[in-house]
Amino acid sequence: MKFKIILFFLLVFAGNTYSQRYVSKTSHVWFYSHTAMEDIEAHNRQAVSILDPQTGDIQFSLLVKSFEFKVALMQEHFNENYMESSTFPKSSFKGKITNLDQIDFKKDGSYKVIVTGDITLHGVTKAISTEGTIDIVNGKPTAKAKFTISPTDYNISIPSVVENKIAKSVEITIDAGYESN
Amino acid sequence: MFVSCISLNAQDIDDLLNETDVNKTEYATATFKSTHIVSGHSIERMPEGQLDFRISHRFGEINSGAYNLWGLDQANIHFGLDYGITDWLMIGVGRGTYEKTYDGLLKLTLWRQCKGEKNMPVTISYLATVAGNSLKWEGTEPLPFWDRLSYTHQILIARKFNERFSFEINPTYVHLNMVATEVDPNDVWAVGLGARFKLTKRISVNAEYYYVIPPVNDFRSTTTYHPLSIGFDIETGGHVFQFHLSNSLAMIEKGFISETTGNWLDGGIHIGFNISRVFALK
Repeated sequence: MKFKIILFFLLVFAGNTYSQRYVSKTSHVWFYSHTAMEDIEAHNRQAVSILDPQTGDIQFSLLVKSFEFKVALMQEHFNENYMESSTFPKSSFKGKITNLDQIDFKKDGSYKVIVTGDITLHGVTKAISTEGTIDIVNGKPTAKAKFTISPTDYNISIPSVVENKIAKSVEITIDAGYESN
Repeated sequence: MFVSCISLNAQDIDDLLNETDVNKTEYATATFKSTHIVSGHSIERMPEGQLDFRISHRFGEINSGAYNLWGLDQANIHFGLDYGITDWLMIGVGRGTYEKTYDGLLKLTLWRQCKGEKNMPVTISYLATVAGNSLKWEGTEPLPFWDRLSYTHQILIARKFNERFSFEINPTYVHLNMVATEVDPNDVWAVGLGARFKLTKRISVNAEYYYVIPPVNDFRSTTTYHPLSIGFDIETGGHVFQFHLSNSLAMIEKGFISETTGNWLDGGIHIGFNISRVFALK
């Protein structure tokens, strides 16, 4: 038993020493909802992300209340009525780059990536797959992706009076600049 | 081994998020849905650059009988435009049927309820209003303009206890430059109590009561009562509808605090509703 515990810690620390990871503390995540009646967008520049170039693990996490809207009342409604950010303060993505073999993190360039994983939003977890790019400049990667999600998939109810103002599918854009950690 | 690595990773990202959370102080938002609880003000203001257009109605007294369709034949209206100059200062103007009154207001938020790095248990706002009646003067002597005016000062203190329940207490002073007879007081003091309880995300039940000091029934030319109102807020995204029952007809402080003549116990109740529509001007 003792041996197993020691082995466990050895392996954990061993794992940490040779895994060089990339960390982003100021990822920019924003969404855009377009309808004939109204365009709504909000920006979160305080999202965090970890990218592990060895395993292809990529994770994002953000605080819902940090989304900034032009109209303060919209921000209040977003937090109070739609995202219920006091009950579900965080949204996250946990996934993997599936074409890791096509990316050379040591060589500058622009790489197409395919990412699959789970989005957790408003307490609901859904699998998602999207294409994006990783640009490596001076050894530092920047990850970009654009995809759409549907509020109803995440149990976000939209009252009928504002149905025409909130898009059925909302466009999410991600822009994460990493530093080595 | 693989599993433990994943969970370690998950821990990492949460730590990273907590460590980069720059908004260390969390302010209470939406203590009330609207700038008014029913007739009186809540601690809420319009944020900077936003304009609130409010249309409020009070019908006649329910006990006025079938002939007046239980009050629905008589409608009293108040229009108000309230604008947020900054995130802590709101100004407004209004006009009401009650005594053909024009009114103006100024509301400042002095402290905001927050927790985290800074802590404050309540939000405190200050409200000052001025109201001038524009009724035709029937007297023989001309009426000086100043005699038409009345003023209200309120300290609004509210706490959002949780997502559903908020409570407010309002020490209030009303000064009337002119009153109907010599026995009526020019200075009226009152303590307002207000509360809201959210039934669903968008619907709340609100109640408001003002205890008027002294209980002036005995010494006034007209019998007055403590104003009590109960109603619902229904928020539809952009609009807030407030539907309520109240024993006061007036929708400005001077009127409902010092001149409420309806009595709940004998059906002196008005059906009323407010509609608030917010426009973003900036």
